[in-house]
Amino acid sequence: MMKFYILSAFSPLIGAIIAGLFGKVVGRRGAHAVTIIGVLVAFLSSLYVFSDVLNGNSFDGTLYTWSAVGETVFEVGFLIDELSALMMLVVTGVSLMVHIYTIGYMADDPGYQRFFSYISLFTFSMMMLVMSNNFLQLFFGWEAVGLVSYLLIGFWFKKPTAIYANLKAFLVNRVGDFGFLLGIALILAFTGTLNYGEVFNQSSELASRSIFQISGLEWSLITVVCICLFVGAMGKSAQFPLHVWLPDSMEGPTPISALIHAATMVTAGIFMVARMSPLFELSEVALSFVMVIGAITALFMGLLGLVQNDIKRVVAYSTLSQLGYMTVALGASAYSAAIFHLMTHAFFKALLFLAAGSVIIGMHHEQDMRYMGGLRKAMPITWIVSLIGSLALIGFPFLSGFYSKDSIIEAVHLSALPGSSFAYFAVTAGVFITALYSFRMYFLVFEGKFRGNTAHGHSHEPHESPFVVWGPLVILAIFSVISGAIAIQPILFGDFFEDVIFVLPQHDVLGVLSEEFHGWIAMAVHGVQTLPFWLAMFGILVAWYLFLFRPRAEASSGVLRVVHKILEEKYFLDRFNEWFFAGGVRSIGQILWKFGDARLIDGIFVNGSAALVNRISHVVRLFQSGYVYHYAFVMILGVFGLVSLWLFII
Amino acid sequence: MMEYTSLSLVIWLPVVFGVSLLILGKHVAAGTIRVLALVGAMLGLFVALPLWVNFDNLQPGFQFAEYHPWIDAFSINYHLGIDGISLLLILLNCVTTLIVVIAGWEVIRDRVPQYFASFLILSGIMNGVFCALDVALFYVFFEATLIPMFIIVGVWGGPNRVYAAVKFFLYTLAGSLLTLVAIIYLYQVSGGSFSLAQFYETPIRYDAQVLIFLAFFAAFAVKIPMWPVHTWLPDAHVEAPTGGSVVLAAVMLKLGGYGFIRLALPIVPDAARELAPWIIALSLIAVVYIGFVALVQKDMKKLIAYSSISHMGFVTLGIFIFNVQGMQGAIIQMISHGFISGALFLCVGILYDRLHSRQIADYGGVVNRMPIFASFFLLFAMANSGLPGTSGFVGEFLVIMGAAEVNIWFAVAAATTLILGASYTLWMYKRVVFGEVGNDKVAKLSDVNARETLLLIGLAAAVLWMGVYPKPFTDVLTQAVITSLDWASQTKI
Repeated sequence: MMKFYILSAFSPLIGAIIAGLFGKVVGRRGAHAVTIIGVLVAFLSSLYVFSDVLNGNSFDGTLYTWSAVGETVFEVGFLIDELSALMMLVVTGVSLMVHIYTIGYMADDPGYQRFFSYISLFTFSMMMLVMSNNFLQLFFGWEAVGLVSYLLIGFWFKKPTAIYANLKAFLVNRVGDFGFLLGIALILAFTGTLNYGEVFNQSSELASRSIFQISGLEWSLITVVCICLFVGAMGKSAQFPLHVWLPDSMEGPTPISALIHAATMVTAGIFMVARMSPLFELSEVALSFVMVIGAITALFMGLLGLVQNDIKRVVAYSTLSQLGYMTVALGASAYSAAIFHLMTHAFFKALLFLAAGSVIIGMHHEQDMRYMGGLRKAMPITWIVSLIGSLALIGFPFLSGFYSKDSIIEAVHLSALPGSSFAYFAVTAGVFITALYSFRMYFLVFEGKFRGNTAHGHSHEPHESPFVVWGPLVILAIFSVISGAIAIQPILFGDFFEDVIFVLPQHDVLGVLSEEFHGWIAMAVHGVQTLPFWLAMFGILVAWYLFLFRPRAEASSGVLRVVHKILEEKYFLDRFNEWFFAGGVRSIGQILWKFGDARLIDGIFVNGSAALVNRISHVVRLFQSGYVYHYAFVMILGVFGLVSLWLFII
Repeated sequence: MMEYTSLSLVIWLPVVFGVSLLILGKHVAAGTIRVLALVGAMLGLFVALPLWVNFDNLQPGFQFAEYHPWIDAFSINYHLGIDGISLLLILLNCVTTLIVVIAGWEVIRDRVPQYFASFLILSGIMNGVFCALDVALFYVFFEATLIPMFIIVGVWGGPNRVYAAVKFFLYTLAGSLLTLVAIIYLYQVSGGSFSLAQFYETPIRYDAQVLIFLAFFAAFAVKIPMWPVHTWLPDAHVEAPTGGSVVLAAVMLKLGGYGFIRLALPIVPDAARELAPWIIALSLIAVVYIGFVALVQKDMKKLIAYSSISHMGFVTLGIFIFNVQGMQGAIIQMISHGFISGALFLCVGILYDRLHSRQIADYGGVVNRMPIFASFFLLFAMANSGLPGTSGFVGEFLVIMGAAEVNIWFAVAAATTLILGASYTLWMYKRVVFGEVGNDKVAKLSDVNARETLLLIGLAAAVLWMGVYPKPFTDVLTQAVITSLDWASQTKI
């Protein structure tokens, strides 16, 4: 099996190297052919690995020894079980769709080969991340996907907004990685190993230790470790307050918004926490923290989606909000539900992004929804799949999003941890918000009258995209419909994750839920009678009323204007960060440099000591005048002094 | 051929080539001089490689020893030998010499023989420092390195070169003179010997240990350099020619770290352990404080110089937390920083050769004209930010892991480099490389030529190799690190 694992991970890398280093030689067709073949091979071998895992064969072993330092051995290796096999499928599957789609989307771009090289490199990095059996390799993959994200957000390196966004993304992620690396360091310091299995075996010892006291509170080691690790997840999975990079990342080309900033990379944090369930389970403080952060993200980031006019940014805020849902599920110990939602979200969000990209191509690179409208006639396929994606997103019964989101809401409802009632409120209210912004987008883009030509001076008519673009959309749409119904039984209530995800009996909310589960049809039928469904319907209704039936330009009343302003300014967080962190750091740097280095160290100590020597020598030099009568005078003074001293002592 | 090893050859072959260049200088054309220098540098590396091939990773102690009496009156001996730490530094030195010779190929037009001679002689002398097992010999080599570097900065440097050269010379000389006093004292208490092995065994009173440690500290802390005795470095780097900056950052700073490990820790272990908290504090200040200072630099070379100081903070931190990971990480960090900072200075040199400016503000949109250069520059910038998969990660990672074992707050402070290092490096990269073409001068830039590409490929390969598979490097070090820590943990009062 080892060769299939290697094939899954490394064939995209080979494609990336060929397309990247020899792009000129292989040409545009060669570049997309070689990378698509690489990803296809990875996808097929992932399928094979998945079926092998379903047959009960898991694997945990070493590929090579990275380094051995003292007693500690650092290795690169694979852990292949249900969780990683599922992630491998999602990653390579979505990646394959995006690769094909890119042929159409980037057709006119001069950086064509470079783009294919990057997305294949991303696929490799993400595979190494999910297949890892140790924290070191996890961190490798973690940073490598960050690097590719940096490269791809800044793909159009002439755009000032793009190169601002990619620097911001990398640095905000580094803040998360700061916590993540400290978490890893603590684990290594207290267990002496970075191998998952060996660490999990010692988890109870970690739980029994306390590490330090802050303001009288004793912090148990495992809480600190879990929170540190989760800080890493907050960066990568864009949780409040480290979410600020994700909306800006939309400056990159749309295929990577779908692949990296919606379907796969941003879910790395979710995957990581689920992988670490044996650690997180032992710290209720950390779980509560996770849940509250997730709830804040789910609710408040969704609200921001309401006021965006850029079609990609609406989907971006929706992604933030959905990542919040997954995080809430993690906090409620419903790890499988989080992974389940990760999977369905990967399909319908990749679909929504790629459909948005299709709209952007159809609109000749117009992204502002105010200049769209009525596109259903011009772009029928894009219209249908977008409707499917939106319905899946808002959790319409029988579609994939319904199963995953409803399970999360029910699981949170059952959770007894501090913060769970807030989280329940947030995810329930979030359903209404999700429906509102999703269908605001839907109505503005596809329904009503076309507003492009008149308002914006465009003379081009919108048109449907080529086959390489809508083909992947259709495939993703199919999975957005069926994946929930197929997978809910085994993933959530079956034994699929039994040996992989660890849940303490007192946290086992999904176990309680499974008693009420009577198949996917019954669940959907029951879903129609519950509050979330009606909230979603109400959201659609409000969206229809506000944006289609009686569209108004701006909010009228004073209070609404203030709210609108706050949302438009994204709660003023970007401004605050720019002023406080970026500005503050620069000021500290200036002070330390100009005052500390230049004036204090160099001015006083270094050049000061030189000046002191100079001054002393100036004075001393006066004594060496060379005139005999000066020396004679000093001699007489000396004699006089000595004689008087002698007289005094006598 | 690979069977034959000689440390003397590693030291003196480059020196002989350098001296020959000086003698031939007036009679031979510059082209021949360049070829001779290249041959010298390549032979220098060629005679060093067998050391690695024949080195026994499992054997503790010094290998390839050479011993000849030198000055009998003071029992000073020509005693050479290397362990894993010396081995890697010697290889780094030889590679760096080859790189600067190629880097100076057509760039240097003024006093060509003297230029190449200085680098070859410097290379031999620094190999001497890494080989010496007699402390008097060590000191002679250690001080002798100042002369070629003083000349390199003072002759081929920028407009303010004299100030920078004198500052560099006096700063480092002042530090090392105290070391001379300490060595003479050690000669007395050890019963008339300069042998390193003898010094390791000699018991020393605690208060004397403290003074000796401070004397060593004065030399090595200035050299590496540690905060707050670092201010000579940015000036020296800014004024030095590209080759000078490369050697200074890549190899010369490491003399300080090497001195701490080879002399300070084993000779005065009690004082070293007692004063370690202070050194750790200074190291962490260096990481954080210098990180902030680097962020606001407007001059690329100054920025990289400050970044070097911050990275050297990891070296001293790793050494003075007294565990295997820390020290292993410190040495790996020294080697890796040699490649990365060398490469970054080379990148700035490539830009400087074309535009004659080091100011960040004079660039912008370089990628539009120099895409190949931009790719390499990005790799090295990422390595400087400690990206996993590059050598920059390995040392920082090991030191942070080692620090966490001692005290989690050390690790917290050290890990801020993840944010700060990425901030100053990538912000500079963004302003220099990305964006629309910044001005007319940038519009006329031409991409790297074959010679420059060759250099960048070599360094990139080294950076990636160390990042993806550092085991060959750490394996060489293991015995030396364990032995050094054993010496450092003994009590000699």
